[in-house]
Parts: sequence; C-alpha cells; structure tokens
Amino acid sequence: MPIQTRRSEDGRTLTIKIEGRFDFSTHQAFRDAYEHGDQEVKAFVVDLTDTTYLDSSALGMLLLLRDYAGGDNASIRIENCNSDVRRILAISNFEQLFAIH
Amino acid sequence: MEDAPSDNQPLRILIADDSDSDRLILKTLLRRLGHKVLDAANGAEAVELFRQASPQIVLLDALMPRMDGMEAARQIKTLAGERLVPLIFLTSLSDADALARCLEAGGDDFLTKPYNRVIIEAKINAFNRMRLMHETLSHQRDLIHEQNRKLTEEQEIAKRVFENVAHTGCLDAASIRHHASPMSIFNGDILFACPRPDGGIQLLIGDFTGHGLPAAIGAMPVAEIFYGMTSKGFSASDVLREINQKLKRILPSGMFCCAALIQADFALNQIQVWNGGLPDGWVIRTAAEPVQLPSAHLPLGVLDATRFNAAMTILKTCPGDTLLFMTDGVMETRNAGGDMFGDNGVAAALRGIKDGETPFDAVMGRLHEFSGGLLEQDDLTLVTLEMADGAALEGLSDRLQLSALEGPAEWRCTYQIRDRTLGQFSPLPLLLHICMEVPGLRRRSGEIYILLSELYTNALEHGILGLPSEWKSTAEGFGRYYEEREKRLNEIEEHFIKFSLTHSMTDYGGRLVVVCEDSGRGFDFHKHGQPPEAGRGYAGRGLMLLHRLAGPLTFRERGNHVEIVYDWHFSEAGKSENPAVTKSGVSHE
Repeated sequence: MPIQTRRSEDGRTLTIKIEGRFDFSTHQAFRDAYEHGDQEVKAFVVDLTDTTYLDSSALGMLLLLRDYAGGDNASIRIENCNSDVRRILAISNFEQLFAIH
Repeated sequence: MEDAPSDNQPLRILIADDSDSDRLILKTLLRRLGHKVLDAANGAEAVELFRQASPQIVLLDALMPRMDGMEAARQIKTLAGERLVPLIFLTSLSDADALARCLEAGGDDFLTKPYNRVIIEAKINAFNRMRLMHETLSHQRDLIHEQNRKLTEEQEIAKRVFENVAHTGCLDAASIRHHASPMSIFNGDILFACPRPDGGIQLLIGDFTGHGLPAAIGAMPVAEIFYGMTSKGFSASDVLREINQKLKRILPSGMFCCAALIQADFALNQIQVWNGGLPDGWVIRTAAEPVQLPSAHLPLGVLDATRFNAAMTILKTCPGDTLLFMTDGVMETRNAGGDMFGDNGVAAALRGIKDGETPFDAVMGRLHEFSGGLLEQDDLTLVTLEMADGAALEGLSDRLQLSALEGPAEWRCTYQIRDRTLGQFSPLPLLLHICMEVPGLRRRSGEIYILLSELYTNALEHGILGLPSEWKSTAEGFGRYYEEREKRLNEIEEHFIKFSLTHSMTDYGGRLVVVCEDSGRGFDFHKHGQPPEAGRGYAGRGLMLLHRLAGPLTFRERGNHVEIVYDWHFSEAGKSENPAVTKSGVSHE
C-alpha cells in the first residue's frame, strides 16, 4: 500500500504517509486518504519519510488538500522530506503555504 | 454488440463432401440442430458457394475430386479475410501427418467419420462462441480506431487554433535561441517572446502541471494576456498580476503554471526577472562569474490577487551577457543509468563553455551527451537571450497597419495621477493608446513610448522620489537605487504627475506636444542646458534619448515642468526608416 493514514490519539490529526513516488498515479489514493468526511480532523501531517520522488502533479495534490482543509486557515505540516523532495518544494516556494519540516 | 447472436441461434453452415450419403447424413443432422445448411460435392463448388452465401462455419471433407479440402480451405480463408470463419475438416484419416496437414492448410479442427451427433453439436457450439468473440473484438477495435482518428483530427484542428493564439511571437529574433520539445501536440510547456514598444523584449517561459488538453487550455489565455499587454507597453509586473489572476480564476486547485517572466531592456542594459517555480535561471557574464536566478515566488495561479507578489529582481547587464532559463524537463533528463541531469549538470555545462561556444549550445550539447541521444522523448524547453548592443527590435510599429489618414487630429488631453497610485499604476499604456489613435503616429509607437516613459521615469524617480541618478553608475549603487525606489514609493504623499498631450495638424503632417509636470522640488535646469554626453554611465541616458528623438527639451518653473515637441511628416508616415521628426529647437523661456 503506497499510502497509509494514521489518526492521532485525540483523533484530531490525520497523518498521511506516502511511500515511493508521489505523482499522478497516487492521485486517487491520496484523495481517498483525507476525503473521508471526518469532521473531527483539524490538522494534517503529510509524512514524506519514504517518499523518493515528488512531481508537479503531487504539488497540485498538496494544494487540493490545502483547499479541502480550509485554504489559508488550513493546518498542514509536511514532514521528513529527503533532499530531492525538499528541493522541489523549495523551487515552488511551497514553504509560503505549508509548514515544511 | 446489441445484435450479438446467442449460442443457440441458427447458423449458416457450408458442408462439402463428395460422398452423397455422408453429405446427406451430415446435412440432416445439422438441420435437426436448427441450422441452415448449404452443401457442395467438391472443393471448387464449396469455394463458389462460400463466395455467394458467406456461411459462418465451414465443414470440409479432406479428400475430394476437382479441388481437395486443403486447397479449398486455403481459398476460403483468403476470401474470409479478417472475418473468423471456423473451418473443420471431415475425415476418416487417422494418420497424424495427414491430420496435421489439414490444420496447416488453415483448418481449425477436424471431425472423424463416422459422425457422432453429440461431438458435432459441441464442436459447432464451441467454434461459434469463438467466432462471436472474434466479431466483438473486431467491432470494438474498429470503434477504437474510429474514435482515435476523430480525436487526432480534432487535435490537429485545435492545434492550429492553439498555434494562432499561442504563437511564438519574436522567438526568431537574432538575440534569442531556444529548444522546445516536440513531444506531443500539446505539451505542458509554454515559451513566448514579444517585443515591447520601447524596443526591449519580454519573454515568458513556463510549465503547466499536467499535459495535453488541460495544459493547452490554460496556455491560451496566458498567451493572449502576455502578447496583448506586452505590446501595449505594460510592465512585466502588470502582465504577471493579470496572468496570475486569470489562472487562479480558471484553473482547478491542483493545477498551476511554474513560470519565469523576463523583461530585457537593451537601451539601459538591464533585465528584470521574476521566477516562480522554475529551476534556477542564469545570467552568464562575459567578464564575471555567472549569476543564478533562483525561484523566489509561488507558481502562477496559486495565490489570489491580494497575496500575489509580482516584485521583479532587477539586474544590470553588459553587452554580451546571456540570460538562460529552462523548464523542469532539462533537470529531469535521465542518462542510461537513471541519474538526472539536475542543477549540477547545468552548472557543469556552463563552467565548461568553450571559446566561441554559446551557453545555449553548451547546455544543449551536454544534455544530448548525457541522455545518449534520447532527448526527443522528453518534455523540455530551454531558452537563451543575449544582451547584445543593437539587439533592440524595431518595436511594434512595423507590424501595425497604417490605415487611411483618418482618426483624431486636433485634440488635447490631460491625465494626472496622484499619491498611492503613483506606486501602483503605470499611465504609459493608456497614454500610448491615446496617441496611437492618430494614424500618423502609429508608425512611431516605439519612439512615442520611449518619449512618454522617459518623461515619466524622470518625473517619478528624480522629480518626486528624489533619487540621485549617480547611484546607478556602480553595481552596489544600482541595487541600492532600486531598493530605495521601492521604499520611497510606499511613502508617497501629496504628490502628482500630470501629462498634457496636445496634437494638431500642420501643413506637412502633425505635431504632438507633451508636457510632463510633477510636484517634486525640481532642479536647476539652467545648469543642464546641454544634453548629457553619451558614455557618462547609466544616468542621464533618458534625457539624452529624448534629446535625440525630439530635439531640445524645454524646462519651465523650477525644473519640474518639461515640454517636448514631436513633429511627424505625411511623406514619411508610411515608411519605417529614420524618424520623421523635425528638430524643433524650442528655447528656454
């Protein structure tokens, strides 16, 4: 399973973990991961520990998640990027929209 | 298929056997199973019947006079062409070689005599199922072919429309080199270049998320806005703001355009760059280390208008300096080992430029070597722009049709902008537009634009903001100048710039008088009675240019009131050679 989700104990934070390539092929699975309509989830963590590569359609998917989570009021952290992934996020200046760790 | 016959629907079956009794037995048997039977007594007759009645299944005796079963089988299979017509040999042969020969001749199976009713029924049903499956597949394949043909045809037409809208502008200019990927009819990359009215060039290179139709649809309004606004003299920031707003509105959330917009000014030898999401751009200098131009903004179409930042990075250049930009495809080009070209590949290519080699050829050359000649598969765009003396284009004037000498001839207009608007809005496109209503001035759009823009820049930067032009003569001062400009623009209060344009007809053509007033402190114009000399650095070039275009300037009041008289001739209104300007020497009052 390339995408796994985990809820924090209080149920308020949803962690989405992507394994391997984060590109258009994971589009549906990524959407399914957060679109389950649970009102309790207030914050999202995108865990890229095992993500080897990220392309521009993945950037698009992150923007979709941001819209879903409330646009400018969204709380989304992107964690554990490797250097390639970090470079792509930096070129697109996504730190202006997401908390990247 | 809606009319697909079911397993037990009656079939047209052709049987051929030279033994009357065997034929009769088989015929009766098949009729009892509900099928329609055509019968032949030899191979030749069977082929003829097949031609006439196109039966769905054929049962052939192997040994017959006139034409044996093998030959008949070959001819029937040829006649059937793409249709699958199951062909079963009837034989009393039991020799394995003979049976194998039956199948080699095109037979699908054999039935041994004497006939067994149950086996015959089962085989006919089995082969009928196979036949129906084949028919369904063929039908679906034809549908796909047809759909694909229509789609390709539609794309070809769409491509022509697309190319008319998203044309390449002045990419063929001598100062520009580019490579655009031929990967598909619409790839996600865009590359546009357009001359500015002042002779400079504006260049847009970009990469939409995704490929194909959605990307192409996004590219069309970008092209329209880019060409429309650039040719009217709007600044790069204005063009960016407009494109961003448009894309934000029309694109779905996940889609955006990584892009860089470059405004090159050959007269001032400076470039302004905005990079949002593209790989680092470069300025390769003739006399210094290359400078990187990293992405400093989010891509176009992500932020709404209030948060979008269209601030340009301004760089001083020298003739011979080359600007280089590329899309992600260059970075992602892989070698046989699967490694990517990346930033390091570009940097190494630029370090290794040989004498006489251009940066464009250097990068493309390394890229070809690196990919082992597989470059054509990639979706990549690369462009360079050389800051050469005389790279200035003719401007747009030559492209405009000179209509009959109709239009407003006697008019006057006054336009004043105040306070915050001074920092946010350029009045130049509007004023240029008003002047271009006069057919005699249309050919001169480049000169009129320079005239207006120099007056405006002087009034704003020196008159109101009080920036000393001497700063711009050193590289450090250059940066400081533009920082300070930005800062002071935000603090403007109680200031204005007022343009008064008057046009009237004369015996030989027409006269445009431009008066530009500002609320600044002015300067001691008596000391500036002589136009500044060439070669004195970057400062003062504006006034020198104005002087060359329209003769002496008239300064009034405390130096914050400048008048220029620009004359044009009927005789030269239709030509594009030397300016049709009479040097009207107006003296100081």
